[in-house]
Amino acid sequence: MFDALSALTLARMQFAFTVSFHFIFPSFSIGLASYLMVLEGLWLKTGRDVYLQLFQYWLKIFAIAFGMGVVSGIVMAYQFGSNWAVFSDKAGPVIGPLMAYEVLTAFFLEAGFLGVMLFGLNKVGKQLHFLATCMVATGTAISAFWIIAVNSWMQTPQGYAINGKGQFYTTSWLEVIFNPSMPYRLVHVLLAAYLTTALVVGAAGAWHLLKDRKARATPSEGTRIMFSMAMWMAAIVAPLQLVAGHAHGENTMAYQPAKIAAMEGHYRSFPGGPDGGAPLILFGLPDDAAQTMHYKVEVPRIGSVILKGDIEAPISGLDAFPPENRAPVAITFWSFRIMVGLGMLMLAMGAWSLWARLRGSLHDSPWLHRLALVMGPSGFVAVLAGWTTTEVGRQPFTVFGLLRTADSASPLAAPAVAASLLAFVIVYFAVFGVGTWFILKLMGHEPHPGESGPTRGDVTRTAGITPAPQINPDAVLAE
Amino acid sequence: MAPNDTLSLIWAGIIALAVFGYIVMDGFDLGIGILFPWLAKGDQRNTAINTIAPVWDGNETWLILGGGGLFAAFPLAYAIIMPAVYTPLIAMLLGLVFRGVAFEYRARTTRLWIWDAAFAFGSFMAAFSQGVILGAILQGVPVSGRNYGGGWWDWLSPFSLLTGLSVVAGYALLGACWLIYRTEHPLQDRAFTLARVTGLATLAAIGAVSLATPFLNHDYFSRWFALPGMIFVAPVPILVVVTALLFARALHRRAEVQPFLLALCLFFLSFTGLGICMFPWLIPGKISIYSAATAENSQIFMLVGVGLMLPIIIGYTAYAYWVFRGKVGHDGYH
Repeated sequence: MFDALSALTLARMQFAFTVSFHFIFPSFSIGLASYLMVLEGLWLKTGRDVYLQLFQYWLKIFAIAFGMGVVSGIVMAYQFGSNWAVFSDKAGPVIGPLMAYEVLTAFFLEAGFLGVMLFGLNKVGKQLHFLATCMVATGTAISAFWIIAVNSWMQTPQGYAINGKGQFYTTSWLEVIFNPSMPYRLVHVLLAAYLTTALVVGAAGAWHLLKDRKARATPSEGTRIMFSMAMWMAAIVAPLQLVAGHAHGENTMAYQPAKIAAMEGHYRSFPGGPDGGAPLILFGLPDDAAQTMHYKVEVPRIGSVILKGDIEAPISGLDAFPPENRAPVAITFWSFRIMVGLGMLMLAMGAWSLWARLRGSLHDSPWLHRLALVMGPSGFVAVLAGWTTTEVGRQPFTVFGLLRTADSASPLAAPAVAASLLAFVIVYFAVFGVGTWFILKLMGHEPHPGESGPTRGDVTRTAGITPAPQINPDAVLAE
Repeated sequence: MAPNDTLSLIWAGIIALAVFGYIVMDGFDLGIGILFPWLAKGDQRNTAINTIAPVWDGNETWLILGGGGLFAAFPLAYAIIMPAVYTPLIAMLLGLVFRGVAFEYRARTTRLWIWDAAFAFGSFMAAFSQGVILGAILQGVPVSGRNYGGGWWDWLSPFSLLTGLSVVAGYALLGACWLIYRTEHPLQDRAFTLARVTGLATLAAIGAVSLATPFLNHDYFSRWFALPGMIFVAPVPILVVVTALLFARALHRRAEVQPFLLALCLFFLSFTGLGICMFPWLIPGKISIYSAATAENSQIFMLVGVGLMLPIIIGYTAYAYWVFRGKVGHDGYH
């Protein structure tokens, strides 16, 4: 019994680790692919060299981020079978085809055109190259569509029946794909990816603005433009994300009220009525054993307003659900607060940038630039916190309400899972740590006229579209 | 035959196609990685990487189609095989991590030796693990109910180690022949030498695996050595011998394209031979393509996707290869 339990916990840790590490890269590359598409489109439309500079600058970074996303993504395609075999057998007939569609409509598209996008500009011409960039960007979005459909079906399953072998099978593909939480989650995740990318681009721009200011140098045109574009994006997308996130929350309230109870830290139900609305708990220390929230700081009755739009609305707490069906509160509660808190900071930064822009001091506001720099990684943190909220909030189920996590795992011995988890941790931190270092080094160079593309050995020296430098200017000096 | 059985048969064909597509396309990528220590540092290695850099990612996607397709079309087989080959599977995935990032990191690092080593090591580990997985499935997998019924070292046997090394030899052969096709003197000279060595190693491996496999279980034996089936399967080993002779002649004449095509023929024949052993089993003697099949409407739903998308995928994959066609030098394509 003890062995089975720890193997399950280890398998959950392994999935959480590999999927979290994996998702960092797509959340960046989905947004970055679209940004590259916009930059190349602007270059073709205006003919201004600065857009090509920025395209080449971010393309080098995209190549590394995309590569890390690919190799960590293949791991996910096999994790379902290796560690969650029972889940795979039971849910396979429903989610397997959706993932097959992801491979057929997205992975091949991205991978097939990636080579042309990275190395083909001078071989296929501008128009076809732009098409390749568009295909890669489209591929990343299609990929998100299918995998969000899978995840959302596990959250809010419908359109299924169960056969004699205990397997789910589909009664309506449209109902499976467009399940109740899918549209909300898809919009929320795509906006998050755009926001994450904008924050990274903004931070790179802010870094160079600050450095140039210190050195009393003039920032390059590329730096100014990318910072400006990133701040536009943050100013527009952050408020949209607030609306989308709230709508997603209302959807969760309707279909997964137990998750909302855990997110809000509501251990007990609130009956509603003039004095019975739920408070909004800002902070506190959740205690699952005692099923109570210690040291809570709360705003009375606002919880009902936010969740149901009615100050007198009754709200179910965890006590409305059987103890064996309750999600762990501490992780769900805190990860949700991290996500929302960072979202508020992004909103504030976007508003500040608009104000600075109106005053004509967008490129001359060192405190805004410092904030933008610090906020650079915040998109990743928020995205991971958000996923943690929704995934831990789904517990103790893999398919919500239908298949328990404890009944989903492979019959593996704990040492097998422990050894593989250790291997993943060591390899991922080493390999992706180095990749992140390369990306940071690339971002440490200011975009400049004659920016080179993703050089590969000597490929672009003679074939490149810019005059040939004798050495690779983007080689990283030490790692 | 029930309609579901026909669909299962079609799906088995599609998975086989995806796996073979993967072997053909990523086989030479991994082979170049395996041969990396025998290529001169600098120009030779850069040129070798340049021949595959624009296409390796697409090539690797066939592995996801194979694994994802197995999950989608035969979830029961996927659910039993993956835990059964847990250790080599994880090793393969980690090998692919090192191999995949090395493409990008090599262009950025000043400590090239680290990522050259990672590229070679990752490619070897991925290829070896794939061979071990193949051997582990061929030798049989304990099943209990709808679950894997063995331990986490059951895959390890002399036979699975033999198949592991065989796949390494075979991929190295594909890599060498690909370099013959895509490069020029002096790397091409090196590739001819490597093709001779790896060709011999591959033929030895095919021989060894062919001798060992029929004795793994009585069913395999009877498929190859009992009349009248023997008449139908006899062409396979005969064609292997013919292909091997043609391959030797092509190398002797310093043909540039033929060695690669003939190496692919060897793979196709070996793949066919394994198919003759396995069919219709996905797990020998336990789980067949019929008992593991997913729901009929899932099979149909995916078949629509494959029918629509696969021709398009093949189309733009061919386009990507065409864009980067021709001989590759260390200073780029020309």
